[in-house]
Amino acid sequence: MRGEGSRDPRSEPLRFEATTEWLRAEGEAADVVLSSRVRLARNLATSPFGLKATRADRLSTLDVCRSRLLQSGIAPRVVWLDVHERNATERNLLVERHLISKPFSRGRSVGGAPAGNDPRGLAFSIPDERLAVMVNEEDHLRIQVVHSGLALEAAWSQADAVDDLLEAGLPYAFSPRLGYLTACPTNLGTGLRMSVMLHLPALRLTGELEKVKRAASDMALAVRGYYGEGSEAAGDLFQLSNQTTLGKAERTILHELATEIIPRIIAYERHARNELLTKRRIAIEDQSHRALALLTNARLLATDEAMQHLSMVRLGVMLGVLPGLDQNRVNQLLLLVQPAHLQLAVGRELDQEQRRAARAQLTRARLLN
Amino acid sequence: MKCEHCDNEATVHETTIVKGASVERHLCEACASKTGLGVPQPATQGQITGFVLQAGAGLVIQGGARPVTACPRCLMTFAEFKQHGHLGCADCYVAFESQLLPLIERAHEGGEKHVGKIPRQTLDVRGAGLSTQERLDRMQVLQRELEAAVAAEQYELAAKLRDELRRLVEPAHRGGPAVGES
Ligand SMILES: [Zn+2]
Ligand SMILES: [Zn+2]
Repeated sequence: MRGEGSRDPRSEPLRFEATTEWLRAEGEAADVVLSSRVRLARNLATSPFGLKATRADRLSTLDVCRSRLLQSGIAPRVVWLDVHERNATERNLLVERHLISKPFSRGRSVGGAPAGNDPRGLAFSIPDERLAVMVNEEDHLRIQVVHSGLALEAAWSQADAVDDLLEAGLPYAFSPRLGYLTACPTNLGTGLRMSVMLHLPALRLTGELEKVKRAASDMALAVRGYYGEGSEAAGDLFQLSNQTTLGKAERTILHELATEIIPRIIAYERHARNELLTKRRIAIEDQSHRALALLTNARLLATDEAMQHLSMVRLGVMLGVLPGLDQNRVNQLLLLVQPAHLQLAVGRELDQEQRRAARAQLTRARLLN
Repeated sequence: MKCEHCDNEATVHETTIVKGASVERHLCEACASKTGLGVPQPATQGQITGFVLQAGAGLVIQGGARPVTACPRCLMTFAEFKQHGHLGCADCYVAFESQLLPLIERAHEGGEKHVGKIPRQTLDVRGAGLSTQERLDRMQVLQRELEAAVAAEQYELAAKLRDELRRLVEPAHRGGPAVGES
């Protein structure tokens, strides 16, 4: 599955690599940190924000941003999608690949109901999908860079450079006192959200997860589930990110996260894994093998159920109690069991019951061969 | 007080500053909505410019007992902001500054002033728009980052930081070849 050669993406179905940067789990500390993400919120001074923007305003914002995104050399290869012209399955595919947010896939709510045809777009780099820029989300521009493993520094540098390129041709809304002006005042200032996707199965098993969550909120950090804001943590996956954006320079936020806070959580999870291995080896062997047995024998699998067992299998692989199983295969499955990706793999639309059957079949096939 | 247009009680009172003098209008709910007062209606481009010229930062609409301030550009009211949690445009930050600042400070754990990145355009073209204090604050941050970058042998980053520092030292410098360096 390659994105190559799709000259006019508008008329062709979306094609993607089987894996994605944010779940590839390669690079530094990838046993705990699956990926690092940097997001910048930017707005045009010349156009009203979402709430007060007419359809004409949004079309013009889309137009101005699209030409800038395609002409400023933000990546060697950039694909542009008019998201409002894509069907629901394709939009879900983009959500599952973390290229767009869930609210963005539904469209701006007008009078309480989401408007699927609300003008909005996405530019992203191919084939790596590290860079994604949403136009007409909550802010006019949401720049996102994702790198595998613990790589906040690299992700920040790339996002910073992309921001410079875009800014050179766009009238950003900026105030010397309040910084980059955003639709919601909570993003004001740097407009920067830095986050890491953490896999913390051992801290959950040892019951120390709540301690980490409390410590994080004491340090003004947010802990969210796999799917972002307000979601449950499927598969022991958590997003940890800075909460405040005003009053701290970008590199200060980066430094605090990358050299102080995250290394401590990594050490904490590794310590818990080691404790499990030395003190409760038989229990952890049992749990990993049970999870694997379930995934290779079940005939019906729900998404969250699959993710929870994949999490235990991943832990087992990492601790060496499930020899002969490839870590990448497990990482890939975390993406492939998601509804839209499942339907892409099968090649047709499926209802929920059919999906559970197809998910079980795909998981079995991937883990046994 | 009676409505200027009919015999009903006037409930909407508007004050606008025109050429330095304040002009008052008193209308009932029905007449007010007909003339687009009280309930902010999307204005035409001409009207918006008019409001900006006349009323400055905030258009004051006095409805009933409490005066209501609306953003002169997008016509958002503070009540609307409180309902949605989002502002209507960049100018809302000016229109509602005094009401927003305490909220902003609370949301950012005491953070009340931007100390991060400054767009190049601001440095190059509107560089003079930064106050001396803002310039000094940013220079201090950059100086620290520069030292850290050099210590970590991140030379590409150091060069970038030095470049931004230079722009802050010479606000009039508008790109192109550096001139007047001593
Ligand atoms: Zn009247
Ligand atoms: Zn406004």
